[in-house]
Amino acid sequence: MRIRVTDHEGIEHALEALEGWRVMEIIRDWGYPIRAECGGACACATCHIYVDPDWVDRLLPLSDEEEAMLDQAFDVRENSRLSCQILMRPELDGLHVTLAPA
Amino acid sequence: MSTQPIRTDVTIVGAGPCGLFAVFELGLLDLKCHLVDILDRPGGQCAELYPEKPIYDIPAISVCTGQELTDKLMAQITPFEPTFHLNQMAESLEKTADGWWRLTTDIGTVLESKVLVIAAGGGSFVPKKPPIKGIEDFEGRSVFYAVRKMDQFRGKHLVIAGGGDSALDWALNLQPLAASVTLVHRRDEFRAAPDSVNKMRALVAEGQMRLEIAQIASLEGADGQLSGVVLKDKERGEWPLACDTLLAFYGLTMKLGPVAEFGLNLHENLIPVDTEKFQSSTEGIFAIGDINWYPGKLKLILSGFHEAALMAQAAVRVAYPERKIRFQYTTSSTDLQQKLGVA
Ligand SMILES: Cc1cc2nc3c(=O)[nH]c(=O)nc-3n(C[C@H](O)[C@H](O)[C@H](O)COP(=O)(O)OP(=O)(O)OC[C@H]3O[C@@H](n4cnc5c(N)ncnc54)[C@H](O)[C@@H]3O)c2cc1C
Ligand code: FES
Repeated sequence: MRIRVTDHEGIEHALEALEGWRVMEIIRDWGYPIRAECGGACACATCHIYVDPDWVDRLLPLSDEEEAMLDQAFDVRENSRLSCQILMRPELDGLHVTLAPA
Repeated sequence: MSTQPIRTDVTIVGAGPCGLFAVFELGLLDLKCHLVDILDRPGGQCAELYPEKPIYDIPAISVCTGQELTDKLMAQITPFEPTFHLNQMAESLEKTADGWWRLTTDIGTVLESKVLVIAAGGGSFVPKKPPIKGIEDFEGRSVFYAVRKMDQFRGKHLVIAGGGDSALDWALNLQPLAASVTLVHRRDEFRAAPDSVNKMRALVAEGQMRLEIAQIASLEGADGQLSGVVLKDKERGEWPLACDTLLAFYGLTMKLGPVAEFGLNLHENLIPVDTEKFQSSTEGIFAIGDINWYPGKLKLILSGFHEAALMAQAAVRVAYPERKIRFQYTTSSTDLQQKLGVA
């Protein structure tokens, strides 16, 4: 399984992903710049990403908690998500996301 | 403002779980502590980031929330009567001529001690700054992330950004003083005390406050003085809003901050320590909890507790080199039990 991550410079990287890992953890594990200050507890909004529009509907919808936490992120768009709230599963193989400005 | 220095045994920078437990371990060895924290309450990350979330790996406590752990630690250290200096940033450190560490905070509190313990965790909690181009040029003059003196905003045309308690509270508190207040938030829902939300909505309905459901796209102005902000939203595109002051409340983030200037060796923004005393590169300055680094370090609360115990043994030898230290259990030592107020 892989995810595709576009970094702040606009360069796309394909990252090997493990089932059950959070997208945030995959990005962090590969050393790309994501602060993820609260370690995935939906408590900091520093793991903000934009999901490729083709993929938005294939994700589980946002919880109220995630929606509320996005209030602390910047340049929030319709396809904004907190990457610690997306768990990798086989259907998400190929998921494309872009790191939000930090 | 500068006050009379306070002399004490140990100054602790950071009142997170590790700073708090250090008070206990130091207290058993008769060392008195003063703690400094930029937050308005003790508990560090546990109180600020996850007060309501469960922790499962504190030895012998199957589960407790971040706030419960903080409350329990506060109860446990009560007998040692620590002094808290909250809402203050530990800003600078120097050594006095007679060999004490002198720590000065941003509001002028001066603490002098033989031992300094840095328990600064992931760094000091500071407001998040919006990544808007050129915002630094306006900071401190017309863009603010906190309110220190309300009067500063009298007669101003304020834009207040954010949807939490800070944004709502300041919008309500400053509305009577300001020339105008516009609250800007990305959605028409607020994560704030319902009472504040109702008050805000009432003022908006009466035309005494404006509410814009939008985000800030850019800033306008020159020489540090804002003349307006540009708002954006998907349907309406971008439009300008005149104002002379922006207050942005997007929550807090952790930054190492002034500790970086304390003259200690750093390793990727962490303080390397030995694993016998948890002392930094400088004698008399210890580092425990998330802020320190050594091979095998795990950023866990229980690691910080262990570090606090060993640090205390070394700290007492720095503060009172002449004192004889014996190893005792709280279970069987009446001496320790007296200190804890139970014997
Ligand atoms: C969501 C989440 C869940 C977690 N779950 C667990 C768990 O289950 N188990 C576990 O063991 N750990 C857990 N952790 C990690 C744990 O919270 C940290 O290891 C712990 O808080 C570290 O404690 P500390 O006292 O070292 O620092 P912190 O808790 O970071 O406190 C440091 C304090 O120092 C203050 N400070 C720093 N610099 C200055 C300065 N210059 N002036 C004034 N004040 C300053 C800060 O404001 C802060 O209050 C979790 C963390 C998060 C975010
Ligand atoms: S890592 Fe903090 S909200 Fe995702």
